[in-house]
Amino acid sequence: MIGIDNVNICLGEFDLRDINLTIEKNEFFILMGPTGAGKTVLLEAIAGLIRVDTGRIAVGGRDVTPLPPEKRGISIVYQDYSLFPHLTVRDNITYGLHFNKINKNEAGKRFDRLVDELDLAHLLHRLPTNLSGGENQRVALARALIVNPQVLLLDEPLSALDPGFREELRKGMKKLHQHTDVTFLMVTHDFSEALSLADRAAVMDKGTIKQVGRMKEIFQKPESTFVADFVGMKNLFAASFHDTKATIDGLEVDLGRSPDNSHGYIAIRPEDIVLSTEKLSSSMRNSFRGKVTDVTDQGLYYEVSITVEGVIFKSLITKSALFDLDMVEGSDICLSFKATAIHTF
Amino acid sequence: MIKKEPFFWITVSCGLVIMAFILIPLIQMLAAPSFSILKETIQDKNVVRSIWLSIYTAGLAALFAFIFGTPLAYILARTSFRGKQLIESIIDLPIVIPHPVVGIAILSVAGKGHWLGQIFNELGIRIMGSVTGIVVVLTFVGLPFYVNAVKNGFESIPPRLENVSRSLGASMFSTFARITFPLAWRSMLIGIIMCSARAISEFGAVVIVAYHPMIAPVLLYERFEAYGLRYSQPVAVWLVSICLILFLVLRILTLRSTERS
Repeated sequence: MIGIDNVNICLGEFDLRDINLTIEKNEFFILMGPTGAGKTVLLEAIAGLIRVDTGRIAVGGRDVTPLPPEKRGISIVYQDYSLFPHLTVRDNITYGLHFNKINKNEAGKRFDRLVDELDLAHLLHRLPTNLSGGENQRVALARALIVNPQVLLLDEPLSALDPGFREELRKGMKKLHQHTDVTFLMVTHDFSEALSLADRAAVMDKGTIKQVGRMKEIFQKPESTFVADFVGMKNLFAASFHDTKATIDGLEVDLGRSPDNSHGYIAIRPEDIVLSTEKLSSSMRNSFRGKVTDVTDQGLYYEVSITVEGVIFKSLITKSALFDLDMVEGSDICLSFKATAIHTF
Repeated sequence: MIKKEPFFWITVSCGLVIMAFILIPLIQMLAAPSFSILKETIQDKNVVRSIWLSIYTAGLAALFAFIFGTPLAYILARTSFRGKQLIESIIDLPIVIPHPVVGIAILSVAGKGHWLGQIFNELGIRIMGSVTGIVVVLTFVGLPFYVNAVKNGFESIPPRLENVSRSLGASMFSTFARITFPLAWRSMLIGIIMCSARAISEFGAVVIVAYHPMIAPVLLYERFEAYGLRYSQPVAVWLVSICLILFLVLRILTLRSTERS
């Protein structure tokens, strides 16, 4: 659906380098990365709002690189929604109909369907300044979808909303995606948002794409320290490998398999590290004794730091588990993890 | 009640001094001529002609500023390029140049000794001592006020609104007509007021380029030189009152539409 071929963009102080990406029809694809990674620049380049220096962008099999934005059939929804302040909600939604040759009947049908689906009927006569964040977002979505774009670009559409609202609107967006055959490409720096919405995703940093794949793959098998760090891999160590073992600062860990020669890091998700007072007699290949060096409250969970022979592991446990284990800073503890929970790269 | 600090009283008294400084001379001037003299003055054809000339040359200057200045203001607001600051400084030059110098500068290209002057001559356009010359001078001094006001207006409109419009199928022109212009026209009107207010007040440059036909400030000066204060005051009162009424009307028009949206 969208094919991005060797795209380079030079904006003076900022560059996008060697961007290659293929997004399937009707996919919900997510671009992730920290602030300043170049996500919005890539989005605007796809929309034709920023000129590409080299490379090619194709949408639906058609090369759109030389086309102006109005000829691309790509709608965009910005973080601040960018509703036209001098037009009513109705005029905002129907704005795109002036420029697309759609017969009145069909246009009316689309309008009614979107107004109904996004629950906007009571707002039609209002001006955008009098709307809440969530209402703004729904109007922006309706305005973008009424022209039946091939692709809908979403630039952090949820980040300007109250956290309590976000969940609901996220669900609304997922439903909207399922009801249309539009390809969604969304930018976010929120990993949990990505997990709940996306089929596939790409992680960007400093103007390059670091990894592309299914969400689960990116989450479980990050290909670089940056991606691992970004997706929240807390236990990330440089390691040396020999046979099926890895050594982190002298601590030997059993991998149960031989890693690739090029690998030099291991990572374990904190929730895969099990804590107990006694050594567990289970299938877990790795079990160590250590000392609790830190316990921090993270709301729903506690993050516990355990030092084993100078190596610091982090684990997430619930409040009740913390209570059961009777853990305080300085107490002795056993930590275990399965060989399969160890990710190498 | 908490006792106010001395600093508060200093700020208040400075403010009062400035108010008095601005208002006392103006009020004195407005109140000085008697009603019968005012009536007599406005029946004087020369006075009416010069005030009318002032107003319509200033209006033409604002019109030129609108036509040529709007695209420039848009480019300056929307793009950044090397040398942009230089261009902005050039636009501000007419504000800082002494007014007679402006007149001299314009005359020095308008004469037959300069290729521009020769072109004008062949086209039958006369700058020296003509209405055309007055409009040229007034446009020169008024332009920066228009361009700066409208540039600020364009800058306050997020480019994302234009981006969204383009992505929805609108061409650059449609986007300007449907989004940018409706959001910026108020700043254009303010720019027009600023530009024509500046143009109407111009004396130094005009008196060099065109003593005749006489605009109101030149007539005012001539009456003052020839007959003294008493005879120039009524002309001043009429000029100021008519300008104030015009600007007030424009201002009310802008305020009304602000309230509506």
